[in-house]
Amino acid sequence: MANTAIIARQLVKWFGEGESRTNAVQEVSFEIRYGESFFLVGPSGSGKTTLLSMMSGILRPNSGSVLIDNTDIWSLNNDELADFRLNRIGFVFQDYHLFPRLTTVENVAIPLILKRCDWDEAIEEALKFLDIVGLKGRAFLPPVKLSGGEQQRVAIARAMVSQPDILIFDEPTASLDGDSGKKIMAFVKSDILNEKRCVLVVTHDDRIFEFADCIMKMEDGKVTAIEKGLAK
Amino acid sequence: MIGLLKIAFKLLVNDKGKFAALLIGITFAVFLMVQMTSIFAGILQKASAVVTNIGAKIWIMDPSVTTVANSVPMPDYVQDAVRSIPGVKYAVPLYSGGATLKLQSGVYQSVTVLGLDDTSLLGRPELLEGNIEDIYAENGFIVVKDSEIEKLENPVVGTVFELNDHRGVIVGIAKVTNNGLFGIPSLYTTYNRAIQYIPSARFTSSYILVEPKVESDIATIKQEVANMGYLAITDEEFCNKISNFYKYKTGIGTNILFMTIISFVVGLSISGQTFYTFILENLDKFGALKAIGAKSQELVIMIVFQAAFTALTGYGLGVGLCTLMIFLAKMRLPNYASIVTYTDLGMAFLMVIIIAIFSSYIGVRKVLKIEPFDVFRG
Repeated sequence: MANTAIIARQLVKWFGEGESRTNAVQEVSFEIRYGESFFLVGPSGSGKTTLLSMMSGILRPNSGSVLIDNTDIWSLNNDELADFRLNRIGFVFQDYHLFPRLTTVENVAIPLILKRCDWDEAIEEALKFLDIVGLKGRAFLPPVKLSGGEQQRVAIARAMVSQPDILIFDEPTASLDGDSGKKIMAFVKSDILNEKRCVLVVTHDDRIFEFADCIMKMEDGKVTAIEKGLAK
Repeated sequence: MIGLLKIAFKLLVNDKGKFAALLIGITFAVFLMVQMTSIFAGILQKASAVVTNIGAKIWIMDPSVTTVANSVPMPDYVQDAVRSIPGVKYAVPLYSGGATLKLQSGVYQSVTVLGLDDTSLLGRPELLEGNIEDIYAENGFIVVKDSEIEKLENPVVGTVFELNDHRGVIVGIAKVTNNGLFGIPSLYTTYNRAIQYIPSARFTSSYILVEPKVESDIATIKQEVANMGYLAITDEEFCNKISNFYKYKTGIGTNILFMTIISFVVGLSISGQTFYTFILENLDKFGALKAIGAKSQELVIMIVFQAAFTALTGYGLGVGLCTLMIFLAKMRLPNYASIVTYTDLGMAFLMVIIIAIFSSYIGVRKVLKIEPFDVFRG
């Protein structure tokens, strides 16, 4: 059995105080293993994104812990957290957040540049990852010249370029049509996911559930169901 | 770090519209600031032209004198008294006054006449044509070849004119370091001829020029002259006195100051606003960078670099543009009063730095506030 990648214990997060207090995540616990594609699903406002942010070291929980390789990431200070995200986590944002003023390959190279890699080496490495996602020929175009699916793949290449062991996808198919969304997820499943890496996907698009190894359903900040061993 | 700065640079310059707007704003502001202060510096330099051209170490004058042109004549005994002060190597009179020439064409033209001490000719200009001894010849005058000489119908050695019904002859053509401010041609002659040809009051010495034996005697000379009720100042102090008159006793200094402040405010507004818009448009991207793992100080460095790069480029362009304009203007108008001094450049640089600090401050404030979580929330 694969090692545990992430352990979430009794995570609690609320926003606001007094009467305006909203309980976004309430005592949520679960585990994700390497080699697993873990889907976090639920309707809008169910707390998926808040939970994802706490899992990835972006949003501090009010209580509870997130253990990655037996380290509670919320015991780290801000700079250590930034280093942790840079080295261990690859993000694919819902709106991709690619820099339109940089070329595609420069966008992909950003995590390496943040890791103080030499510029030319970072670009060379980024080209390799663009090749993996099938976009080497588009490397020197600005992202705005690419289709939505292509931009998604650029975002994936950027998330992968620093070789993180945890990949986080926030609504990966929200900006794509059904076919493109499925293609992207099939690509992730076949080419990105491996035994040393896990993928955490936040979505409410049931058309891509078929790519999940485990689906955790949320509603009103609580876990309502966890379904495992789903992948074909 | 170089990679980060390279990204910051590309983000900035690849947004051509905003980068151009930023550069135009700062360039225009710097251009106006340097132009205004250069014109002022030019005016001040020209206003002190006689002092620098004559080159005497100490000038003695009536305390009410504010500029070279409005000298108050002193009685002759002042000169004798000054010569008696210990530490004075020599002291000679200088006449400075205005006159009207009647040119050969019959046209009348105002001139400034400088009467040099007959014995020493202290303060004589460098001659381009003629011989300095010819100034002693009958009716001899030396004309300064500057941008104003054409107002005297471009005289040559031997040209004759009339000055208060006296005949005058050009015996030499001189050049000087600085031209005067008011666009009036200058003539040099001997002190005695000047006071003979030009109607004068009872007293005739406009200034007494003094050379101290050693630098340390200057303080004593000043004190002794002050005891007589007159003012002894060094050439540098005289230039400052003239500068202060134009700065504080006329509207020129205030107007220039206002224009410089307005230029600064315009530059600050344009660049501040444009840079803020630039940051706002990229705010989600900065948030994404934070989420990916960029530290706050790295984002601060990127923004400060962008602001500094824009400010310094705008500064260079502004100074270049101003210099070019002054160069072109001087080609057409040789007497154009404008000079770019290190002080002007320093002032403009300081203002540009303030613009950069202000622009980066508002950008940094915004970027530091963005939470990576906001990127997920959209």
